[in-house]
Amino acid sequence: MKELKVSAINKGTVIDHIPAGRGLKVLEILNLPEDSTILVAINVRSEKLGKKDIIKVEGKILSEEEVNKIALIAPSATVNIIDNWEVVEKRNVEVPDEIVGIINCANPNCITHYEEVKPKFKVISKRPLKLKCYYCERTMEEDTVLKNLL
Amino acid sequence: MRFQDVISIDDFRKEDIDYVLKVAERLEEELKREGTLKYAKGKILATLFFEPSTRTRLSFESAMHRLGGAVIGFAEASSTSVKKGESLIDTIRTVENYADVIVIRHPREGAARLAAEVAEVPVINAGDGANQHPTQTLLDLYTIKREFGKIDGLNIALLGDLKYGRTVHSLAKALSYYNVRLYFVAPKGLEMPRHIVEEISNKVEIVETSDLGAVISEVDVLYATRIQKERFPDPEEYNKIKGSYRVDLKVLEMAKDTLKVMHPLPRVDEISYEVDNTKHSAYFRQVWSGVPVRMALLGIVLGVVE
Repeated sequence: MKELKVSAINKGTVIDHIPAGRGLKVLEILNLPEDSTILVAINVRSEKLGKKDIIKVEGKILSEEEVNKIALIAPSATVNIIDNWEVVEKRNVEVPDEIVGIINCANPNCITHYEEVKPKFKVISKRPLKLKCYYCERTMEEDTVLKNLL
Repeated sequence: MRFQDVISIDDFRKEDIDYVLKVAERLEEELKREGTLKYAKGKILATLFFEPSTRTRLSFESAMHRLGGAVIGFAEASSTSVKKGESLIDTIRTVENYADVIVIRHPREGAARLAAEVAEVPVINAGDGANQHPTQTLLDLYTIKREFGKIDGLNIALLGDLKYGRTVHSLAKALSYYNVRLYFVAPKGLEMPRHIVEEISNKVEIVETSDLGAVISEVDVLYATRIQKERFPDPEEYNKIKGSYRVDLKVLEMAKDTLKVMHPLPRVDEISYEVDNTKHSAYFRQVWSGVPVRMALLGIVLGVVE
């Protein structure tokens, strides 16, 4: 079967190997400017993952910090920086040391559920994923983290 | 040494703890010699108690008065704008205009950390829900040091509900900085959480048991806590075990002469009243420790003692 081609871009960032179904969530987390040109492909056939989602952001080189925000929900993602139709840099996403926003604290009695404050977590362990709420100090493991995505 | 806020015992390194204990010791001596001190003259403490407490609030207020400072505050949220729906953030931004330091107790976990983040003035956590109560831990350590002249080398048993008690969690972590042997004595189902045991087991020797009688003769400090009936799904189960965790003269027959019994108070029936007048009871001196330790903390965050 012929592979589905999303049109190539001249300059920008391609986020590949996003687990199928999480592409739109990834886009939401990236929180790109409203006027960005973005191509999203969902359920693309993939040798590595069976099915995957792909996001192409035209004209913008995403920084490591920006992209690492998606590591919680798309740890398998690869990031390709494109310039003049060529891949000039390829990198994997990495869980950052601190996570702000993106997920809610699993502790229902945490102050972050009651005040105008963004949830904030220290990353205690990247693999397996373990986070500690900066405020209530409760720790969360990967399955709980995924259930508490904002 | 100087720290801005006192929020969680996890923020304290061993040298910070030792420093607080040293300052507390010095202030206690000065207090006994000179009566009320003058370090905090002209400074105001605001005690914001969104949840009631007898000991903690009075001991902070006493400590501030003993330092020569003044106190404002409230003892329950119902008499404040919080009842009208004011956020914690706005309450803190308001109160910091009236005071040089804030002590907060709040029913939600993380409230003190948030208050410290918002406030320009130092914040001390006097209990945030089930999370932390760091000044209790420091006064517990101070009591042990006062009773024995040291913490290193002691055998210390924590008794009762070790699963849900925030006091014993913080105390166990803080004691792991010292060269002690810890005994966790708890009924089945209320044992010390695994993550705490794992965190400290490479630093300190731990003995876990459900049988107080088996270890009482070895320990120097018996730190008793309450076992709440509500923690047991079956009330019958509670009635069966509650006697085995009660500290009375009979249990103490097997203890070392020098054993000290401690308790964060209030007690219900986990220490029999007949123990009060024995050489073993240290729990009311433990209450006293709250004053010099909180004087030290207030003085340090205010930058008026070193």
